[in-house]
Amino acid sequence: MLEIRFHGRGGQGTVVATILMSKAFFRAGFQVQSFPFFGVERRGAPVEAYLRLDRQKILLRTNVYTPDHVVVLDKTLLAGIDVTRGLKSGGSVLINSPTPPADAEAFSKFRLAWVDASRIALNNQIGSRTHPIVNTSMMGAVARVLGMPPLDDVIAAIRDEVPGDAERNVTAAREAYEAVQFAEAVKPAA
Amino acid sequence: MKRVLEGSQAVAEAVRLARVQVVSAYPITPQTHIVEFLSEYCSSGTMNARFLRVESEHSCMAALIGAQSAGVRTFTATSGQGLALMHELLHWASGARLPIVMAEVNRAFAPGWNIWVDQTDSLAQRDTGWIQLYCEDSQEVLDTTLQAYRLAESVALPVMVVLDAFFLSHTYEPVDVPEPEEADRFLPPYEARFQLDTAAPCSFGPLVPPSVYMEMRHDIARAMETALSNFSGMEGEFAAIFGRRYGTVEAIRCDDAEIVFVTSGTITSTARSVLENLRGRGEKPGILKIRLFRPFPVEAVRNALKGAKKVAVIDRNFSFGASGIFAQEVRAALCNAVGHPPVFGFVAGIGGRDVTPEVLEEIYWKTKNSAVPERESVWIGLQEVSHGT
Repeated sequence: MLEIRFHGRGGQGTVVATILMSKAFFRAGFQVQSFPFFGVERRGAPVEAYLRLDRQKILLRTNVYTPDHVVVLDKTLLAGIDVTRGLKSGGSVLINSPTPPADAEAFSKFRLAWVDASRIALNNQIGSRTHPIVNTSMMGAVARVLGMPPLDDVIAAIRDEVPGDAERNVTAAREAYEAVQFAEAVKPAA
Repeated sequence: MKRVLEGSQAVAEAVRLARVQVVSAYPITPQTHIVEFLSEYCSSGTMNARFLRVESEHSCMAALIGAQSAGVRTFTATSGQGLALMHELLHWASGARLPIVMAEVNRAFAPGWNIWVDQTDSLAQRDTGWIQLYCEDSQEVLDTTLQAYRLAESVALPVMVVLDAFFLSHTYEPVDVPEPEEADRFLPPYEARFQLDTAAPCSFGPLVPPSVYMEMRHDIARAMETALSNFSGMEGEFAAIFGRRYGTVEAIRCDDAEIVFVTSGTITSTARSVLENLRGRGEKPGILKIRLFRPFPVEAVRNALKGAKKVAVIDRNFSFGASGIFAQEVRAALCNAVGHPPVFGFVAGIGGRDVTPEVLEEIYWKTKNSAVPERESVWIGLQEVSHGT
């Protein structure tokens, strides 16, 4: 079983990204379970959401404590939150950022990757100029970093679920998939 | 077809499939998503039902009592304080023999203010004459809600479908959503045995003297027994259409088990993974999942536990001054069975605290390493608290 933790801020679509990724993985043949951090939500406040994947029925009905991978939708969270808390050694950390984090050494035990999802969302006019909605861009990037699910399943999940103009979101997911950068000596999973 | 759904939507989909005609609700976390989905279905025409917004849970149940008395199928959902506010009318619904179905998302009582899972709210309603069913996953939530209407209408008693806050209500997982035609085969349209009807006027709720009241109450007791004896047949019909059945209880590897966990709700699911793990290390645990709580399936519980050396009941609830409530019920079911195993009671996961595999293992080893149970339930995972001087 794999466990993935998503970090974002209320209003960025973090919980929706987790749900849509669960639907994409389900299309790809996985058993899935996704849920938000069980609490109260406020716009702008840190948000966590979780995704479990397995080839068999998922029995665990508990919170996620030791994720295999972490996805960060807002790089300003790095200043206040230990996004690698409980992260298994060798796990991926994907950050929405135009550049690698300043303290890249803090991620030396992990596969570090980043993508400028905010720019991609802005270019595709998703959300507003001050508050781009980055979730669908990050979904494309997650598929690249994990080597799964197939991008086509991500796109199908977006088309099924995104209200209004899904195609801008599809384009953003494709662009982000291509634009992911990895810390040196680390290659994307086959 | 299987779709990835939120547990709350699994409830709403079942209510849609049951062709419910009146929904009334007052929002309360963590029940809210259920009635949000239903509100959408009613406004979009996905459901041909009247959605009544009311000013409180008490009014909500009053509205359903009125609607159901007029001969239509009804639904509501609530949680915690909302259920407590309905309490008076819960007795009315069962006393009036109205087969209302309600989803109850377990939420801890305040104070301290807490929105997380805790079964004390639904279990505090155990004497109201409502049938109660506890669910393990979202498929079971959908299936149980459909079954609830069959069960309720067959014995003219209301049914509460109980699910864990967040671990079910806010969790997405694959759920097989039946086609409407399949659901219709299982659940025919509701026909009230008696109803408000201007063409055939009659009176409901008159003064009932001691010479008759006792028989009315005995009829409810008998209806509960009928619900229990009809359960397997009802589930057989469900299984013939949908291929799934759950039982009043499920005995999981109890045949050769030395220690049997007694569980309800989502704790059962986590316990299944712990069971496999412990079995892999040569231990012999089993699980008795209790799905039907009212009427309490005494014979099934006795049967499942007859070979166990020890029983460990896990309660995500508490009756102050007594013990965990499932533990009380299991002890009561066993006390007249000859040579029954000792019952160890454990309280865990109160107010939404996580019940992890580690917690369940701790309960297993505590039970294995104790000769006799303590008089009351043992609280697991308590922190040291200083109360000052």
